[in-house]
Amino acid sequence: MSRYQYQDVGRELQKTMLGNWYRRLENAPRNGTPVAYLFISGNICELLRLFGFEVVFPEVNALQCGIKKVAGEFILKAEDLGYSSDVCGYVKNDIGLATSGNRGPFGTLPRPDLLVCNYAGCNTYIKWFEALAEHFGARLFLLDVPYRRMGETQRREDVDYVVAQLEQLAGVCAEMTGRAFDLARLSAMLEDSRRAEDLWVRILQSAQRRPSPFDAFFEAVFFMAPIYVLRGTAECVEYYQAAWKEIEERIAHRIGPVSQERFRVVLEGPPPWPHFRSFWELFKHWGVCCVASTYSKVGGIWDFGLRHDPARPLESLGEYALNCYTNWDWTLRRQMLERYVRDYHADALVIHSVKSCRAFSVGQADVREYFSKSLGVPTLFLESDLADPRYFAEAQIRNRIDAFFEALEHRRLAGARPQA
Amino acid sequence: MQWWETYTTWEALVARCRALLLDMTFPTVRAWKQQSPGRRVVGCFPVYTPQEILAAAGALPVSLFGGRGQMEIDHADSRIQSFVCSIARSTLELGLAGHLDWMDGFVVPSICDVARNLSGVWQHNFNGGPQGPGKSHRVFYLHLPQNVDSPAADTYYRGELQRLSHWLAELTGEPVTDGALRAAIGLANYNRELLSELYTRRAARPEQWPASHVYAVASVGSVLPRAKHNALLARALALGEKNPPPRRDFVRVALCGAFCEQPPLELLDALEEAGCAVVDDDLGIGARFFPAPVACDGDPLTTLAGAYLHKTVLTPVNNPGRRSRSADLLRRCKDKAIQGVVFASPKFCEPALYDAVLLKRAVEAAGLPTLEFEYEEKMSVFESVRMQAETFVESILFFS
Repeated sequence: MSRYQYQDVGRELQKTMLGNWYRRLENAPRNGTPVAYLFISGNICELLRLFGFEVVFPEVNALQCGIKKVAGEFILKAEDLGYSSDVCGYVKNDIGLATSGNRGPFGTLPRPDLLVCNYAGCNTYIKWFEALAEHFGARLFLLDVPYRRMGETQRREDVDYVVAQLEQLAGVCAEMTGRAFDLARLSAMLEDSRRAEDLWVRILQSAQRRPSPFDAFFEAVFFMAPIYVLRGTAECVEYYQAAWKEIEERIAHRIGPVSQERFRVVLEGPPPWPHFRSFWELFKHWGVCCVASTYSKVGGIWDFGLRHDPARPLESLGEYALNCYTNWDWTLRRQMLERYVRDYHADALVIHSVKSCRAFSVGQADVREYFSKSLGVPTLFLESDLADPRYFAEAQIRNRIDAFFEALEHRRLAGARPQA
Repeated sequence: MQWWETYTTWEALVARCRALLLDMTFPTVRAWKQQSPGRRVVGCFPVYTPQEILAAAGALPVSLFGGRGQMEIDHADSRIQSFVCSIARSTLELGLAGHLDWMDGFVVPSICDVARNLSGVWQHNFNGGPQGPGKSHRVFYLHLPQNVDSPAADTYYRGELQRLSHWLAELTGEPVTDGALRAAIGLANYNRELLSELYTRRAARPEQWPASHVYAVASVGSVLPRAKHNALLARALALGEKNPPPRRDFVRVALCGAFCEQPPLELLDALEEAGCAVVDDDLGIGARFFPAPVACDGDPLTTLAGAYLHKTVLTPVNNPGRRSRSADLLRRCKDKAIQGVVFASPKFCEPALYDAVLLKRAVEAAGLPTLEFEYEEKMSVFESVRMQAETFVESILFFS
């Protein structure tokens, strides 16, 4: 019997929760439950759940297809329908899925009654849902979320603009479902959101410890699923309570994601889902722990103080929608990366640049120049894709990773300051 | 006498306009600045910037269309990856290589993910960044609303235009007055009217107004003050009218996909030589963004905001709201007796590539044949496109 009580709870429990959620989605048409499709970044799922919608996240379906190795077939199907090899693999995966009876490794997905395109840092979102609106004949609501730009502080007019559209969306939901807009109930849901966010930030910040009890990239992708998909529910809060116990136990016993933490890195960019495990192994081999990542902020950024606020329900939903990672301009993103390197005592920055997602990748090469040349932070730049298995050249990636950490180790042993 | 008045034939004027488009030293812009060195020049990334506001602040708006195939990507390679469209990379190259040293400000509208992130790269490199003070200029990121049917968008976008006005006033030292703005709107309306006349004549007699020629005299407006371009267009219309049309077989086509990154001029030549008479296109569409004149009375910022939200042409990067891009294209095909649609998308341009799938489906369902290919700025071999276009033309001329 294990001497530990909570180990693997974080990963296992989210697996069960997501499985149950997919079953609810599959049963939605049978139960007469209305279905809305929504994107992860800055998602306003609480508002839709308030009106009784089950919420489908096409990006989560795409990553599930990637990690379960069926994305390639769906992508080829979309390319047969005319989509270019150069457009986003997530979109093509989803078009392939939608034109295959919406049946994937998670079961059969319900058709959407409403598509809510929360345009937050990704123009491709608009194109994606325009295609789904045509395919399914579903109503499309475009929530226009302005970019957080030029390092400015949060602009009041941006929040007001998003709030006005949320009110408009609430009207659409009320009309479609026949339910009244219950602001008090929304506030109660946001209280659950806030409680989950507090716990999630505690988990993320635990990685400042040496050794880190948590990998903020490779493990965070599992630990973050409930807060992006099931936020605003009691079960989501319970998940983070359980997950925090696992982290506390790891801290108490100095357990970490790698047996011996040799290098601490900040990771910028999304994972290569079809090759997730082998990608992780390439880092584990060198005792690398990702102590902070930007991908874990792709849905929302809470570790600098932002929270859903039951006292300001629509306003705080608007603020949240504006503050997800890809909706920040590069001045803000660079500041975030610099802060992570400093606060999490990182030895290096690793950039995983994916072709599919230009919202993530355009500007990363400029960041590499800045970190390696201006700040003197060793920076490793890798290229593949988040969805399309054809772009992952394992031998090349392995060579680059090995060469980088070999050099880092050599310089450490030689006592010299590491250079890129 | 202005330079375009010295040309007495259509071909000679077209040749000069083509040369200016490809001249990456931007002689007309430098000349404008040298006349009065205190004046400011503001570059605009495609597709659409309300340039009337820039002009009203006393600045010269210059539409940047990348390197037009004249630049080797050297410096920009280390800052933007190779899977990104040519125009983003070559525009950055123009800046990093010092070709835009005349530029005082840069407006980047929110047209796509690449443009949005490019604004941050630009800010980092040119606003007190590693390029140093000699290449410093300020950047304005312009949010163009996508939820065009929301009443909140009118208020928000008017505010955005107000912020642009303040930014410009700081840059030029000239406040944007309603009077100056109305005058600029009037000049821009006249420019669009002249362009519309040019395109109407082309649609009526495409053999007399070849697309690449029309494009050259229209697009040279990107590097000229609006009033000067108006005078040039008036002369072009007169000279073109005297240009004798050759007799030849052709099919009437629409060209879709070139709303941002522009194809090489040789590509347009190749299409026409193959027998495609382009009678509708989205080349440099930002200059023709409003089919009807923008009202000159009332609050000019409100008018410009309303025009953007409700009265534009439809492109892959502005939201149609309740309108439909497919229905709009099919209407244009019908109005202009178009026999086939050519989908020419810039390599790696996601908005064009996504829309091409849906538009192609709609066009083919309506019984019109289509041709599809991708292009790049640095493309230098056009034989493959010419052969595809010849087959396309022959299939329509002889078999449909």
